Amino acid sequence: MTPGSPHAPLLEVDDLQVEFRTRDGVAKAVNGVSYTLEQGQTLAVLGESGSGKSVTAQAIMGIIDSPPGFVTGGRVLFRGQDLLTMSVGERQAVRGEKISMVFQDALSALNPVYSVGFQIAEMFRTHRGMSRGESKKRAIELMDRVKIPAAKDRFGDFPHQFSGGMRQRIMIAIAIALDPEVLIADEPTTALDVTVQAQIMQLLRELLQEMSMGLILITHDLGVVADVADKIAVMYAGKIVEQAPVHQIYANPAHPYTEGLLHSIPRVDRKGQQLSAIKGLPPILTRIPAGCAFNPRCPYAQDVCRSEEPPLFQIGGDRRSACHFWEDVLARTGTAFATGTGSETRPSEAAAAPAKPRKTPTTAKPAKVNRAER
Amino acid sequence: MGRYVIRRLLQMIPVFLGSTFLIFVMIHLTPGDPIQALSGNRPPDPGVAAQLREQYHLNDPILVQYWYYLKGVLTLDFGTSYSGQRVLDIMARAFPVTIKLALVAFAIEFAIGLPLGLIAGLRRGKLFDATTLISTLVIISIPVFVLGFVLQFVIGVKLGWIRPTVGEGAPLKELLLPGFVLGSLSVAYVLRLTRTTVAENVRADYVRTATAKGLARKRVVTVHLLRNSLIPVVTFLGADLGALMGGAIVTEAIFNVPGVGNTIFQAIKFGEVPTVVSFVTVLVMVYLLANLLVDLLYAVLDPRIRYE
Repeated sequence: MTPGSPHAPLLEVDDLQVEFRTRDGVAKAVNGVSYTLEQGQTLAVLGESGSGKSVTAQAIMGIIDSPPGFVTGGRVLFRGQDLLTMSVGERQAVRGEKISMVFQDALSALNPVYSVGFQIAEMFRTHRGMSRGESKKRAIELMDRVKIPAAKDRFGDFPHQFSGGMRQRIMIAIAIALDPEVLIADEPTTALDVTVQAQIMQLLRELLQEMSMGLILITHDLGVVADVADKIAVMYAGKIVEQAPVHQIYANPAHPYTEGLLHSIPRVDRKGQQLSAIKGLPPILTRIPAGCAFNPRCPYAQDVCRSEEPPLFQIGGDRRSACHFWEDVLARTGTAFATGTGSETRPSEAAAAPAKPRKTPTTAKPAKVNRAER
Repeated sequence: MGRYVIRRLLQMIPVFLGSTFLIFVMIHLTPGDPIQALSGNRPPDPGVAAQLREQYHLNDPILVQYWYYLKGVLTLDFGTSYSGQRVLDIMARAFPVTIKLALVAFAIEFAIGLPLGLIAGLRRGKLFDATTLISTLVIISIPVFVLGFVLQFVIGVKLGWIRPTVGEGAPLKELLLPGFVLGSLSVAYVLRLTRTTVAENVRADYVRTATAKGLARKRVVTVHLLRNSLIPVVTFLGADLGALMGGAIVTEAIFNVPGVGNTIFQAIKFGEVPTVVSFVTVLVMVYLLANLLVDLLYAVLDPRIRYE
């Protein structure tokens, strides 16, 4: 992809490496992550705390606390231009203007000593050089747009005077103020009540329809993702372990980690059955296990998983899985999940896809009995 | 807000009564006879002494004396000193000098402590930070009388850049060195306080948001970071202003500044009850007002604080 090429994707993260140099050693928070986002598309990045999903977003924004965090490799291309090699000034011009971000906890992410109106209007004043009066008018319009009741009266109120949902709306108003092309939402609903979560997601969905921006939705909540995202990237220990269009992941995951995640959410059609959690804890990033990082928690782990790190196999048109036994997972989950949502991809179809560098051993189904018991 | 201020002002009345009474009693308990002190080593003339004792109500019980004093203060009559000067006149001479000195010290604290603290906080762990931390530690460790005499000797006597002592009327430029000596300790504290809060807040989420909004680094620091970091610093500076107004006995003595500290020191030495009590009372009021000002400023700086 040549820089500035018209066919470049809106945003492309390519082999991104971020490490945190701490007293306990070097933590590889992001270890070779690649994904692309097209205009108008929504990419959901899924993973537990510490999987590197937020750090990837911070690297795109250029807001990693440094030290201890350092981007040590890879590229972040916005319309073909590498953000990582830009000058400080160029980078600053992209932030807020082209790519903007909504943070998880709006109470701490908004400045407590300035009115919300000031903080929204600041976007117009600093980026567009608008006057006080004009920027105020635009800020009130924006507050209306994110559905804050009595926006005009609340312009001068401070963040602590708003409810959690309203504060997140303010946060969103700031992020969309300048019509950015990419919006990164870092767990935008995690700190909120369930009903408010739904309202915020609804708002995001409406905004996506009105504007043609691409959205990167970072979350650990599978329920939030299903009806917003176009495609999903599942992250584990700083790497993408599975990437696929959203319906395929739900119907037929190709990685044991994704499989475990899906088993851990309540589903109407599994009423009465026990929810299963993924056993164990995510690895400490300074001590990632050899081989596949997921192997200590994986019920299907084989010797090869402990010694050899699986590459991200291309397993279908736009599907990828970083599991040595992805074919087995596909076959297993194809039947396990087929009863749930309408499965659009047959396991056999996906399995028939070409391009896999390693030959898969066929003996690898040790936990099948165990699984059937559930 | 208005009601809060009124309540705070009303609270000053008992503090005023209590502090004046305590000082009144304490000064009476100090050894020595003020009438004797007037005549130095010779015994005073018995007739004159008796007349003076009568004139200053020194034979009445202490509560009665206090009552006379209070009545006077409420009509802004602070009485006359035993040496025959009106206390109000003494105040009118001493306070302007001390206010000037305090403002010089205050300005130095602000102008040196705040920017250096900001830079040190932004570069935590770097060379600049370490250097300022060590030098403030040195300043904090040196007693004021050492710093005062050394600077007076080096700059005033050896180099001859300024007059070693403050002359008549205490012109501003002669107060620069005493002001620096007086403020040096607080400079160190302001610097460290600023550094700590800045270093703490620079990682705050809202600072990251400000960066993510595409604001220039300068705006992120001055508008978003500094405003939040100022809150504890302002509290300290406000309380310090009250302390500076109290004059500095040591600094004023070294540089011969005819201010409040010097005056109180002399008055205590000569057992001048009216002078000491009046000065201290005014200082207590200044202190209370400075604290009220700090609390109100606090609410201005941080909208989450509301006084009802």
